[in-house]
Amino acid sequence: MRNAFAEEMTRVAATDKRVVVLSGDIGNKLFDKLKGVDEKRFYNCGIAEANMMGVAAGMALSGLRPFVYTITPFTTTRCFEQIRVDVCYHRAPVVIVGTGSGLSYSELGPTHHSLEDMAILRTLPGMRVLAPCDASELRQALHEVLKDDSPTYIRIGKKGEADIHPSPPDLKLGKVLVVRPGTDLALLCAGNMMADTLKAADLLAANGVSAEVVSFHTVKPLDADYLQQAASRFKLLVTVEEHSRIGGFGSAIAEWRMAQPRNVAQLGFGTDDVFMHEVGSQAYARKKYGLTADNIAATTLAALQT
Amino acid sequence: MLNKDTTQLTGLAATLRARIIETSSKTGTPHLGSCLSCVDILTSLYFSVLRVDTSNPRAPERDRCILSKGHGALGLFHVLAERGFYPLSDLDTYGEDGGVFAEHPPTPDHLAGIEAATGSLGHGLPLGLGMALAGRIQGQSYNVYAVLGDGECNEGSVWEAAMLAAAQKVANVCVIIDFNKWQATGRSREIMALDPLADKWRAFGWNAVEVDGHNFDELLAALAQFPNANGQPTAIIAHTVKGKGASFMEDDNNWHYRIPTAEEVIKSKIELGVAL
Repeated sequence: MRNAFAEEMTRVAATDKRVVVLSGDIGNKLFDKLKGVDEKRFYNCGIAEANMMGVAAGMALSGLRPFVYTITPFTTTRCFEQIRVDVCYHRAPVVIVGTGSGLSYSELGPTHHSLEDMAILRTLPGMRVLAPCDASELRQALHEVLKDDSPTYIRIGKKGEADIHPSPPDLKLGKVLVVRPGTDLALLCAGNMMADTLKAADLLAANGVSAEVVSFHTVKPLDADYLQQAASRFKLLVTVEEHSRIGGFGSAIAEWRMAQPRNVAQLGFGTDDVFMHEVGSQAYARKKYGLTADNIAATTLAALQT
Repeated sequence: MLNKDTTQLTGLAATLRARIIETSSKTGTPHLGSCLSCVDILTSLYFSVLRVDTSNPRAPERDRCILSKGHGALGLFHVLAERGFYPLSDLDTYGEDGGVFAEHPPTPDHLAGIEAATGSLGHGLPLGLGMALAGRIQGQSYNVYAVLGDGECNEGSVWEAAMLAAAQKVANVCVIIDFNKWQATGRSREIMALDPLADKWRAFGWNAVEVDGHNFDELLAALAQFPNANGQPTAIIAHTVKGKGASFMEDDNNWHYRIPTAEEVIKSKIELGVAL
């Protein structure tokens, strides 16, 4: 996804003169083409994320549309106060991009894991939270976020994520994309777990259960229209995310359910409330937290039988 | 409109101090010592330096000034009123429920003349640096000023911004430190190793000059040297006295939180030579 980000940002910057990219000393050579568009609109702000976020807000308050890019923990939890005060309180149209979200940087250890980012950024008034499931959704989202002046956070993976959509989807912020229609239950996925979510749907189908698979690329604001009709069509909503079960996408859906007069059951998959102290690949880490197609399908089947 | 007459500026600053003390007393607003130490800095900026149009406060080409030490808001509110951004009578609503005048500046959308909502320290310089870079990108030639407290220089984000500003040769950023030697609970040079403050800024690649922050000749002379043709950003270390203007408040850190009584307001006005 990060290569798609750099490539698409080069296009966005070429057509929209307000766009500036700020990087926190990562992406060596990744942005060479972008710098070629206009070197005045790319800044390596060093390893100083609090300042970078404030600088971005100052630019946004002066009519520009800055995109802030670095590894997710450093562009979210590290500088949360600057996001809260400089960006959100001022309603400054800054786009924050976190790369290597979730367990994408599993081998780098918990300093580089980001399993809390959606939880904390979702709490900020006016902040949109996006978790595209593949490169094509990300590319569309980079254009869509410029259509209004809300601050936005986009969590993206690293590289090598599967392409989900066979052709570029018509992505609109706050409107889900149904990846595969179904009739018995809905598997709602936010972000880079989509390939495994589709596999889980295959396993459910083999057991005679028809699962609708949905990309919730916009975690805030939620697509309430879709949720309303999903709640009436399905007996179970299953949420899948590479993020803590505390405060993330599943929590957002649970909050929506709390406000409904009639309830629909929910089953949530995400990471446990622990740091990972052992070394491991992304696949290892996902398995540890039950974030596999096998576990999602088996647990969902068990839930249906209760 | 800009006034370089230091006698007039001195009289104006006395009037502003009296109003600030009176509002603090009437509304129970703390941080009075911090408000009073930066009155001459703000008076110099708003009445002698800043190119702003009060009838078009968001004009793209305007100079920007951010009171990064947001707890000095009461001082800024009176300066902006006197400068003509809004009538002085608006401040009658200070501290009232539903109003905009409180202990810290609101966002620019809610009060003319405000460039950034501050209050959490260490935010004003990064924001100002972003505004200065935006001016460079957009081909504007405005200047950006950030007024910081000495205690505020505890914040690491100040020094992050200082390094980026120097690396990017952002000559149109000016930091003015209201160096009143106190922070909330003690001497600023004892709580953190602040000295040598001017040399710190120089070591970070900035022009740095030290002035008497209550002497308009010195303040205006330093401000006239900015932006510096050497391409470096500028820091003006303004040596000030916390509580400046009322002898019984000066350099007494109890006035970080104390509220003056009606008698103390009268006493201050007499000392300031302002009509009761």
